Amino acid sequence: MGVRGKETLVASTGTAETTRRDFLYIATGAMGAVGAAALVWPFISQLQPDASVLALSSTEVDIGQIQEGQIVTVKWRGKPVFVWNRTPKDIEEARATQLSALLDPVARNANLPADAPATDENRAAKDQEKWLVVIGICTHLGCVPIGHMGEYDGWFCPCHGSEYDSAGRVRRGPAPENLAIPPYHFVSDTKISIG
Amino acid sequence: MNKLMSSLSIFSSSRASLRRGLIGAAVTGAVLAGGMAPALAAEGAPKPHRESWSFAGPFGKFDQAQLQRGFQVFKEVCASCHSAHLLAFRNLAQPGGPHFSEEQAKVVAEGYQVQDGPNDAGDMFDRPARLSDRWPSPFPNEQAARASNGGAYPPDFSTLAKARTYEVGFPGFLIDIFTQYQEQGPDYIHALLNGYVDPPEGFTVPEGAFYNAFFPGHAIKMPQPISADQVTYTDGTPQTVDQYSRDVTAFMMWVAEPHLEARKRLGFQVMIFLIVFAGLLYFTKKKVWKAVHDH
Amino acid sequence: MSGHATFEPKNPALKWFESRLPLVGLIHSSFIAYPTPRNLNYWWTFGGILSLMLACQILSGVVLVMHYTPHVTLAFDSVEHIMRDVSYGWLLRYIHANGASMFFIAVYIHMFRGLYYGSYKAPREVLWILGCIIYLLMMATAFMGYVLPWGQMSFWGATVITNLFSAFPVVGPTIVEWLWGGFAVDNPTLNRFFSLHYLLPFMIAGVVVLHIWALHVVGQNNPTGVDPKTPKDTVAFTPYATIKDAFGMVCFLIFFAWFLFYIPNYLGHADNYIPANPLVTPAHIVPEWYYLPFYAMLRAVPSKLGGVLTMFSAIIVLFFVPWLDTSKVRSGVYRPLFKQFFWIWVLVCIGLGWLGSKPAEGGYIIAGRILTIWYFAHFLIILPLLGLFEKPKAVPASITEAVLGKKGGAPASVGVSAPQTKG
Repeated sequence: MGVRGKETLVASTGTAETTRRDFLYIATGAMGAVGAAALVWPFISQLQPDASVLALSSTEVDIGQIQEGQIVTVKWRGKPVFVWNRTPKDIEEARATQLSALLDPVARNANLPADAPATDENRAAKDQEKWLVVIGICTHLGCVPIGHMGEYDGWFCPCHGSEYDSAGRVRRGPAPENLAIPPYHFVSDTKISIG
Repeated sequence: MNKLMSSLSIFSSSRASLRRGLIGAAVTGAVLAGGMAPALAAEGAPKPHRESWSFAGPFGKFDQAQLQRGFQVFKEVCASCHSAHLLAFRNLAQPGGPHFSEEQAKVVAEGYQVQDGPNDAGDMFDRPARLSDRWPSPFPNEQAARASNGGAYPPDFSTLAKARTYEVGFPGFLIDIFTQYQEQGPDYIHALLNGYVDPPEGFTVPEGAFYNAFFPGHAIKMPQPISADQVTYTDGTPQTVDQYSRDVTAFMMWVAEPHLEARKRLGFQVMIFLIVFAGLLYFTKKKVWKAVHDH
Repeated sequence: MSGHATFEPKNPALKWFESRLPLVGLIHSSFIAYPTPRNLNYWWTFGGILSLMLACQILSGVVLVMHYTPHVTLAFDSVEHIMRDVSYGWLLRYIHANGASMFFIAVYIHMFRGLYYGSYKAPREVLWILGCIIYLLMMATAFMGYVLPWGQMSFWGATVITNLFSAFPVVGPTIVEWLWGGFAVDNPTLNRFFSLHYLLPFMIAGVVVLHIWALHVVGQNNPTGVDPKTPKDTVAFTPYATIKDAFGMVCFLIFFAWFLFYIPNYLGHADNYIPANPLVTPAHIVPEWYYLPFYAMLRAVPSKLGGVLTMFSAIIVLFFVPWLDTSKVRSGVYRPLFKQFFWIWVLVCIGLGWLGSKPAEGGYIIAGRILTIWYFAHFLIILPLLGLFEKPKAVPASITEAVLGKKGGAPASVGVSAPQTKG
C-alpha cells in the first residue's frame, strides 16, 4: 500500500525544482518498497519449522530384540527409519558389489563426510557391520519401500519400482540416491540413539 | 499533519481506551472514562505499588542475572506447588531470557524425570528430561493439586504475569497509554508476595487460609511462600523477601512474554521507519498538491 | 463503474487483453482517473485505512491459522505456541489482536465522519446501508475471533453473548442450543466459531467491493456536501487522493505500532490469559471495548428480551438514518443546531461505552437508561425535527467557491470531469 502511482506524478509539472522533487519522489517510493519488503518477511519466516519442532529430541531404539534378518521400522522426526539386523549373506552380497555398479557412488551417511564412497563399510554401522540404519523414504518421491523385496535383496519401492540392495543403495529405477542414513550412535550394545 | 495527529489522538483517547474496563467518561474528546473493576480489584484492597522494572518502557530489557536468580527461586520454592507447563527447558538457554548456556540448561533438564512411552512392551516409563521437554508439573492433574493444597489450585506460571492486574482508574489508565505502562501483573505479584501482614482488627481469617493485604478478599490459601535467606544466592544479592519476590516476578514476566525484548527492539526500528516514511509522504503530498492549491 | 474510462492501451498485447477483459481500464477509471472532490479532509482517509486494516486482518489471520488448533484442550496452548515458538509468531498474533481494535477505531471514525457530513443522504443511501452491513459483519467476526484463544474471557464472552438469543420467546432456548451444538459452550461451539470467523472476513471483503462500487457510482461526498459541478471541483484520484491516503495510512500505522509493540495487551483483558474454565466465571465480565456502548444499552433495560431488542435496535436504527434525517442540507458544517446535537450524541456514545464497563448497579443503571433514551431520541426525534425547524447557514455554490472564497478563479488544469451520475 502506500506508494501507488508514484510515476504518474513525475510527468505532471516541470520546473526548476525538478531534481529536488524527483529525489523526494524516489526516496518516498524506495522507502515504501523497502517497508513492504520488510513486512513480507515475518509472513514468510513463520513458515519455517518452529522452535519446538527444531528442538525435537532424538529417538532411542532398543535393538536387543531384533532377530537376525529382521527389519524393524521406528519413527524419527515423523519419518520411518529402518533398522536391519543383517545376515552374513546380506553383508557379503553388499561387500561384493563393485562401486562402479552403483547408480549413486556416495555413501549418503550423515555420520560421515559428504563425499564418502558408498562402500558397505560406509553404509553399515561403525564397527557393528550387521546393523544397517537408513531413513525409510525412497529418494525418488518419498514413498516407503518394502523390505526383503526386489532383485537385490534389499527394498523395493511400490510407487515407481526403485530397488535397493542390502546396504540400502539404489540399484535400479528412477531413485537418484541411496537411502539416507540418519545421524545415530550406539548408546550401548543393545541401544542406539537416532538424531 | 498536526491537524491529523491531533484528531487521531482525540479519537485514540476516546475510543481506544474504553478498554478492559478501566475507564472514564469523556468530556469534549479529551477526557475519558474509567471502568470496571478488573479481575483482582478487591473491595478495599490497596493498589499495588508501581515498582521499577528493568523490562518496562520502550527500551526495557530483562536483567539476565535477575532472571537467573528468579529461576532459582522458582525452581527451589515455587515449583514444588506451581506448574509452568509451557516453559521448555530449551527456553532457559534462549536469548532474551535467563540465557543459560545450553550445557547448563541440559544439566537442569537432566535433574527432572518426565514420562515417556509407551515402550515396546507397551509401558509408560520415566526418563531424564531433555531440552525439548516442558517443565514437569508437580501434580499429575488439577484435582491432585487441589487435594494437596487445601482445595486451592496453585495457578500455572506460564502466562500468570499477564493474567493478573488491578484497576488503575481514571485518568491513570489514559496516561498509561503514553507512558507505555504494562506492568500491573508484575506489580501485583510483587505486592502479593510482600503482602502477608497481620489481619486488621475484626477480620477473621478462615480456617486453612492466610491474610494477605493485596489478595482479593484477603484470605489466600497459599501460606507465605518464601522467607529471608531461604534461597542461597551465589552473587551476593541480598537474600530478602523483597529481593526474592522481585527476582521471581521478573522471571515470571519472562515466562509469560519470552519475546518481550525482541518485540521492543523491533518496535523501535519500525517506529523510526514509519516516522521517516510519514515525513517523506508528507512532503511528497505537499508537492503533489501544490498545483491544486495554487489555483 | 462510473467516471470516464479514458484508458486506451498502446501495447498490442495489452490491447488484445483489454478488448477481452477491460481489467486495467477498470482499475484506471476506479483508482487513477476517478474524480475526487478537491476539498476532502483527512477524515476521508479512513476509508483507505479500513481497506488496509481488512487486508491486514485477513493476511495475519490466514497465517495464524497455520499454527492454531481449534480444540478446547489445545486452543489456548496453541495460541501460546504461536507466541513462543513460531518464528515472528508473537508479532503476527499481536498484529491480529490489536488490529481488530484498530479496525474498530477506524470504522467508528469513518461512521462518525459519515454522520457528521451527511454522507448517508441521497443518493448515497445504498452506500450507507452497505456500510452498516459491513459493521454488523465486523462485530460478528470480532466476537467469534475473541472466542478462539479459549481464555476465560473468550469462554464467558461466548456464553453471555450466545445466551442473548435465549431471550426470544419459544424458540430462544433451541436457538441457543443450536448455536452451541450442545448444552453449553464447548468444543462444537469453538469449532463452528472458528469456521465462521474464517468465512466472515471474506464476506466483509465482498460487501466492501459493493460498498466501493456504490461509492464510485454516486461519487464521494465532501465536507461541503455540495456535489462537484465543474472539473475544477475535483482532482484525479491518483496522485492526489492516493498520496493523501498513503500519508493518512502511515500516520495510522504509527498509532497502531505504538499499541502493537509497546502495549500489546492494553486493549485486551488480563483474564484472557487464564485458560477457559467452565466452572468459574471471572469476577467482572466485560466485552471488548468496541461493544461497550451496546452492552450498556443491554443492561439499561430491565427486561431480558427488551434489553436484547434494544441492543439490536441500536444498530438497526442506523440503517434508517437516510430517511430519518429530513434536512435538505447535506453537510453538518452548515447546520448549526445539528452540529451541536451531533457532538452531544458522540458524547452519549462514549458515555454509554463508559457505563458498559461499569458494574450494573445504582446510578450507573439510571445513567445508562437516560443515555440509551437519548441515543434513540437522536435518531427518532431530533434528526427528523431538526430538518423541519433548523435554519441552515448559506451553502456555497460550489466546492471551489468553498475552498477559494467567492473569487473562483480560472478553471484548474489539474481537474478531471465529474461523474455524470451525480444526483
